[in-house]
Order: sequence, then structure tokens, then C-alpha cells
Amino acid sequence: MRDEIEQALKGHRAEYIEIRWEESEGTRLQYRGRERESVGRSTARGGNVRALVKGGWGFVCFNEMKDLRGKVVEAVRQARLVGSEQSHFAPVPPIEDAVPPTINKDPIAVPLADKVRLLEEYNGIILGTPGVQSSLVTYGDGRRKVLFANSEGSFIEQGRADISLRVSATARKDGDVQQAGLSLGALGDFGAMEGLHEQVKSLAQTAADLLKAPRIPGGEYTVVLDPVLAGVFIHEAFGHLSEADHVYENERLKEIMVLGRRFGQRHFNVVDGAAVPGLRGSYKYDEEGTPATKTDLIREGVLVGRLHSRETAARMGETPTGNARALDWRFPPIVRMTNTYIEPGAATLDDLLEGIEDGVYVSNWYGGQTSMEMFTFASGESRRIRHGRIEELVRPVQLSGNLFTTLQNIDAIGNDLDMNQGGGCGKGMQVPLPVSNGSPHIRIRRCLVGGK
Amino acid sequence: MENVIRQAMKVAQAAELFCAHEVSTPVRFEANRLKSIQTREGISYALRVVVDGRVGFATATSLDDRGALVQMAVETAHFGDKADLVLPERTQDDGAAIYDPAVETVPLKDMVALGQGAIDALRRSEPELVCEAWIGKGMAEVEVLNSSGLRASYRKSFMGMSAEGTLVRGTDMLFIGDSESSCRPISDAAPLTEIIMEQLENARNMAPAPQGEVPVVFTPLGVANVLLMPLSVGFNGRNVLQGSSPLTGQQGKDVFHPSLSLRDDPTVPYSPASRPWDDEGTPSQVTALVDGGRVANFLYDIVTAAKAGTRSTGNGVRMSGGPPSPSPTAWVIEPGDTPYRQMIAGLDDGLIVEEVIGAGMGNVLGGDFAGNVLLGYRVQKGKIVGRVKDTLISGNAYQVLKNILSVGKEPRWVGGRLLTPALCCGKVSVSTRQA
Repeated sequence: MRDEIEQALKGHRAEYIEIRWEESEGTRLQYRGRERESVGRSTARGGNVRALVKGGWGFVCFNEMKDLRGKVVEAVRQARLVGSEQSHFAPVPPIEDAVPPTINKDPIAVPLADKVRLLEEYNGIILGTPGVQSSLVTYGDGRRKVLFANSEGSFIEQGRADISLRVSATARKDGDVQQAGLSLGALGDFGAMEGLHEQVKSLAQTAADLLKAPRIPGGEYTVVLDPVLAGVFIHEAFGHLSEADHVYENERLKEIMVLGRRFGQRHFNVVDGAAVPGLRGSYKYDEEGTPATKTDLIREGVLVGRLHSRETAARMGETPTGNARALDWRFPPIVRMTNTYIEPGAATLDDLLEGIEDGVYVSNWYGGQTSMEMFTFASGESRRIRHGRIEELVRPVQLSGNLFTTLQNIDAIGNDLDMNQGGGCGKGMQVPLPVSNGSPHIRIRRCLVGGK
Repeated sequence: MENVIRQAMKVAQAAELFCAHEVSTPVRFEANRLKSIQTREGISYALRVVVDGRVGFATATSLDDRGALVQMAVETAHFGDKADLVLPERTQDDGAAIYDPAVETVPLKDMVALGQGAIDALRRSEPELVCEAWIGKGMAEVEVLNSSGLRASYRKSFMGMSAEGTLVRGTDMLFIGDSESSCRPISDAAPLTEIIMEQLENARNMAPAPQGEVPVVFTPLGVANVLLMPLSVGFNGRNVLQGSSPLTGQQGKDVFHPSLSLRDDPTVPYSPASRPWDDEGTPSQVTALVDGGRVANFLYDIVTAAKAGTRSTGNGVRMSGGPPSPSPTAWVIEPGDTPYRQMIAGLDDGLIVEEVIGAGMGNVLGGDFAGNVLLGYRVQKGKIVGRVKDTLISGNAYQVLKNILSVGKEPRWVGGRLLTPALCCGKVSVSTRQA
């Protein structure tokens, strides 16, 4: 196959060409209430060719390798139709490497019967909780092997195994339906899905308790975010704006995102990097063959870096950071986050709560979304803070705000960094991409909370 | 494909093979310029079997290794759901028209011109807009075979277009945009750009947001962004059966305002959501969901219908490679008698909502929505006075649709999935950041 790929890359009039070929297999299991709603297995293979001519891109994706050269010709032809100026594409030395998947407890090797038994235990705990009406338990695992070759002589083979689990409980009283959930993920370690019984029990209880919980009035509050939700916050509120493809062709945005601009107070440090090992967003090379890095985005409150592909790096005169990622063979790589986190400070949770007369403690997550300037994310659980103490459960809230003011309003950062690996990130059509994000507990002043 | 069914039936009591083959050509513009052209081809096969009364499921992108596909499906069946899967023996061949050969012959240069034309038009109204556009066309062939004797296939053409503009001033960012789609060629960008230019005009000035419970006008885009998701989960027959939908036990009851009528309709000619039969071969039908405020029916696939003691409504849809599950096709909200201009003119103080970020998060199952108003305008004394920012709306779709104040007269397609007029509703809570 290597010969075929390398031959197909030769002799075209293009500035850059790459070929990707991917083979994958996976399992999916879903419970809804007492029913094992679906059990399925899948295999897939596919590939793509991407070509760059005079700043224009051609892209062809397919399921079958046959006539690979013809596909390269097609991608080059399209790129030629598009291109009308000079290409900008940062150099990366050619690399030959074979990277096996990071595996602790191989999900593919775990018998289906064991997966079924574990999920049945979790589902049983939820359904056995008084007040709970139904459950939704979704498990997925997959293993893939990706070959990457480009016209500069790189040939990289990478494997990865990814697992995700979402467990949620639904409680219902008359027309009122409440839910609580838990999302987890892991890179090649089925063990991370085991032994969650206590957490599952607690989320089921929360769903039942929420029926009695009040809504809080909307408005501005001092909020304390747990590490899970603070991780979602930094991903949504800042992470997406640090992706250079949003910025590199927009002069006004470039002014806003100029390196050296102050975004937060001096205690505020944000990092992204696939080179941070063992997490769902970890890899050795990105989908353009650039080695993974760890990138400082904010250092002491000041913007010091951003996430790049080879094209955005060249356009902005910066260095590629190895953040060009593709969901799978059906998509060209675009700039994405990997493992994104706020670095820990010195405060304890008690320090953060001290002096808050009326605030909200928000934890866990439903989801988040950003429009760059504005962001919004939903807590999985919320409790009222009164007189410096975490008090009664209230209905989950939506937090929202303006990036530029909110980051400045982070006035305390905890010492308890924790990474969350659940869910997945969406951008364009490419969702869910495995990422992780994390943070210690953080406190935000004057955060807008939606409510009754 | 016949051989797969034959091989599966050596061990299974029932088998079904579904195949979808799609070819498409998207053209993308970024930062006002043509950026890429793609050719995309994908094929997928999905095999469902019943072994000892249990359902197994497997997918592959090729039938080269039939044995492996059958083996995977049979293996999963040991752990599968016990279900009464009665596969249809025949279906209808003549549904709504969904194929227009003219789509295949639309030249690339026309697609490029369409995108450039839209961007040029938008930038004529605001030279500082940075625009993205997407124009795509394609064809899908869908085939289903089963052990009850069903052999059916159809072909669908589609073309779509979207345009978005970003206007940055200081750290203020304005996002405008819309899309359209059809099974027929799109040859004129004007209808799309006119909608976007109206958004731009409405958003030219800034206005303070109202605070508290105020009447909110959801434009067709706003209905799609905020109200569609809670309802599509609520009318899902599976959630109803599980008791996790607020609509469980509400069939025949007056849950919504009497002015609301909603149906699932995969029979509209040249609508991208139309097809002669669903992904299990059940003939397409129009399903009334809300009839004058009364809950009429829910959406079912074969397995869910059997458990609920009813018949499939032809809503078995395979989402992202999974087995069929109940899912909407195209939803149609019956227009009312209030012209949009009059709806606005009648508001003393309120908010018009077009786009909200984060609306689909939170307790969607319970009908809750909450999100930041990305594009919305303040109405005062019957006039649009400007765009609001730093504003959260929240509410519950069921309560909001019980409090409909008026239903618009002018329905419009949003994304090929929803045909709706504007809805003016009460019971929406608005929170804003105080200056």
C-alpha cells in the first residue's frame, strides 16, 4: 500500500498534496430505561486526497483505494480551479514514523459480554433510585489506524483507541422532567469506565432531587465553577477564539487577538497541547504530519500564543503548533483544540467561597457553545452559595457572557486541577472530536445567569 | 446484497440490509474568496438481524467481507434487545418528487458564481462584512432489502446554499446568515441574500434588552433554533413510551395553545427531507402531531411502534450510522392570520429572536431552553429599534407554546427541515447584563 500511495503522489503540478487512508472498527451500546435499545458493531475504511495550488484547496474523499492516482488528479484539478494567488504553507520537516495506539486496557479486547454487564450494573443503579423514571446509557468505543503521506516525503502511521460513556437519569413528576448526567472518555483505557457505581448513584439521586429544587432568578451572580465546568468554560469561552483559522483572514479579529493583549489577571494561565500525554486529545502527529506541541495561550493574563495549522501559521508568520485535526477520512483537517486547561493557582475551595453572600456553585456540564465574542454553557448541577457555604440544590443554570469582560472577572483560581475527558468538540460538520479540557475550581464575578 | 440476506438467514429469523450511497460537490468561500472545491463520495451498508428474538446490528463501508458483516450482526444479537421486528413486505414507489436530473448538470462555475454573487451583494450593503459561503450539490441512492421480500430503492438529488457574514467593530461581533436547500437546482442567490440583508438592517443600531418576562417573537429561524429541539425529543415515540417525555399520557389532551398545529411531512415535493419511504421501508405519511393545540400523535419506527402497540409512522431514521430510531422528517407549523409586520407593530415592548447559542443544551427533554441571543432585536412601540447583546433568554417550550399570542401568516422553510411562520409568545424570561 505504501508504494501505491507514494507513486500516486508523484508528478503533479501542485505545491502540496497529501493522502490519508484510515481503517477503523467500533462498538456501540445503548440502554434506554430497561431496554438494551441497541447493540451494534461497525467497520469502516476510507481515505482522502488534499491538494494545494496557488492558495486554493481541492479535496476528494472516498471509500475505496482503487485508481488512487485518478483521485489525486481530481483534487489537483479542483485546487487549480480555486487557486488564484500565492500559497502560504509553513514548512515541516518530512517525517517517517509508526506510532502504535496508547492502550492500557484495550476496549476492543474486552468481550462484549463484559461491557454489557458493566453497563447493566450502572443502568440498574439508576433505575433502582426512587423517583427516577428512566435512564439513557450510551457507550461507544473505537480503534483506528491512519496512514498519512504527503508530497514532501512524510509517511506516518498512527493508531488510536477511543472510548466514551454518557450516563444519564431522568426523573419525572407530572409534566416536569428533570435529568442529570455524567460524561466520561478515555484514550485506550476501558478501565476508566469501570468502578463508577458511586458516581452513577449520586447522579441518579440528583435527578430525583431536582424535581423539588427551585429555579433561581436570572441576573448577575458571583459563581464558583467546579473543575469539570471550568474546563468546558475555558474550551468554549476562550479556546475557540484561539484557533487561528477564525482569525487569520479577518483583519479586525487579528487586531483583537494580537499577541500581547491582556485577557485576564496575572494569575491566569491557559495551555493547549496534544503533547500532554495520555488524554483523549493526545497524539504524536496532527493530520498534516506536524509534531504535536504544548502551546501556551495565555501567560500571566496576556495572550502569548494561538493554535495553528500549517496554512494559518504561514499566513500569520507564526509557527505550526500541530493542531490541524480531522474527525475522520471524510473531512479535511482544520484547526482544533486538543487538551485545553487553566493552570492551577494556590487557592483552596474554601478560599474561593469565602465572602460570597449570595452566589451559585455550578458543577458538571450539559454542553457549551461559542460565537467567539459571546459564549454560553450549561451546568449539570447548581447549588446556591450563601454566606460562604455551598447550600441547597437549584435547577441547572445556563451561564453566558462576553469573553473579553468575563476572563477579566476571574478573580480566584484554585489549586485542584482536574481534566475531564467526556463529550466531544464540534466545529463545522466535524463532531464529536475527542478532546479533553480541565481546570481547577475558579471564581467569576458578575457572571450572567439565565433564570426565571 | 441479496447474498448478504441469504447468508444472514442461515442463522437469523429476519434480516434487513440498508445501503446509502452519496456523492456530493461542495464549494466553499472563506473571507470573501473562493477557498476550496471538494468531491465527496461515501457508501455505507447496515445489516440488522433477528436471532432468537433478539436484534443485532452491524455496519460496514464495503461488502467485500460479507461473512464478517453477518458475523458481527449475529454476535451483537446475543446481547440485543428483545423485539418484535416485523419487516415490511412491500412499500410505495411513488412518493413526492425528490429527483431532478438538472442538479447533476449544474456546472461548477455556476456554483462558484452563485457564491460570489451572494458575497458581492452582501458586501455592497456593508463593505466591512467578512463573508463565508457554501454551495453544494449532490445525489443519494438509497436501497433496502429484507427477508420479508422487500426490494426497494430511490434516488434523490439535492442542492443547498448558505451565506454568513461577520462584522467586527472593536470587540463587538455581529453574525448574520441563513441557508436554503432543495432537491432542485438553486440558480438565484437573491432570496437568501435579501433575508440576510434585512438582518443586517435590523442590527445596525444597538438597543438595550428588555428585562423580565416579555413577549418574544421567534422568527422562522428563531423557531428552528430554540423550539424545535425540545419538541423533537418530546414527540419521539421512544421517550413517550419510556415516560421520559412531558407528553407521555397527554395524547388527545390540550397541551398547546389552540392556534398551534404541527405535522411531520415527508411528502412535500422537492423538499430535501422528503422520501417515498423511511429507512426501514415503511411508506412515508403525513403525521399530525399537534392539532389545534391538542396532542394528536407521536413519531414511531417499527420496533418502538410494536412496543407501544401502534404502527410505525414512517419515521425510522438512521442517524450517524446507527440503527433506525424515531426521528422527525420535515415539520410544518400551520400559518396563522397575523402578518409579520402587524405582529411587530402590535408589540409595545418585546424581543425578536433569530439566533441563540446554547439553546439546545440543558434539560431539553423537559422542554427547557436557555441561551445567549446571538441575533435578536428590541421592539419598542411597534418598531424595531436595534440589536440586543449580552442577553440570555430562557423558558420552557411547552409553557411558551401554551402562551402563543399570535401566529404569523408568512411561513418559510428553514434548513429544509422546518416550514414555519413567526410565532409571538409570552412566558419567555429575558436576563441581561446591567451596564
